[in-house]
Amino acid sequence: MPPLSVVAFTLLAALTLGSAGVVAFSKNIIHSALALLGTFLGIAGLYITLSADFLAATQVLVYVGGTLTLILFAVMLTSRIEDMKVSNPQTGVGAAFGLIAVALLVLGKVATETTWPSEVKPAVPDTAKLGHAFLGEYLLPFEIGSVVLLAAMIGSVVLARRSLKRAWEKG
Amino acid sequence: MEIGLVHYLTVSAVLFGLGLFTVMTRKNAVGILLGVELILNAAALNFVAFEHFVAGGISGQVFTVFIIVLAASEAAIALAIVLQVYRNYRSIMADRLTALKN
Repeated sequence: MPPLSVVAFTLLAALTLGSAGVVAFSKNIIHSALALLGTFLGIAGLYITLSADFLAATQVLVYVGGTLTLILFAVMLTSRIEDMKVSNPQTGVGAAFGLIAVALLVLGKVATETTWPSEVKPAVPDTAKLGHAFLGEYLLPFEIGSVVLLAAMIGSVVLARRSLKRAWEKG
Repeated sequence: MEIGLVHYLTVSAVLFGLGLFTVMTRKNAVGILLGVELILNAAALNFVAFEHFVAGGISGQVFTVFIIVLAASEAAIALAIVLQVYRNYRSIMADRLTALKN
């Protein structure tokens, strides 16, 4: 019987990569979008095993609650129901496999040949440290991030609305 | 067997590969966005793994929070653009949007 951490890591990694495989290879865009849910939940679980539990909660709230809902809205509003079977066509599979093989070879070589000063630490929650970092050392990037979110919100509303012209705007 | 840095790096690299594959092979613009989300998640997982096993401190998690913020705003803007493209072309297949060619 392997230790619990190994079992948890294996299950979460399988969930993450299995759902990512469905995202990459599914013929139906709805299945791709829904499989992204499994990837996000798996990544959130991996964050917990890395003792980043605040990040796990943020991942579930922002990605599953926000981004995934947005993506599903976009899928429903833009795919016509009758051609759902071919809603997600693929092209250039061979070239993509070649590039990915090269990229993974380079990444694997770097990761295995570098001697990381790695040590296994127990998982301890450090949300309080994260809060102090945001309100101390990283205060300016934090505020700039808020402004970026506001700008993105206004920008997407302006982009997505229909262009209605009032009577006094014509001519 | 002990779960170490290399295991997390492997998961992250495979996730990045699948994301890159999605971005390169999809024609549907929303499908391409799904691939971008996979790549961003792979990068964020790497940040947290390196912080936990190598760097220590908290900066990796701070970076990951900023990645999540930027991914959320990117998704909102990109989907607004996708909606407008669909209204104008009645299609969001990336190979049909050739108005700027030639």
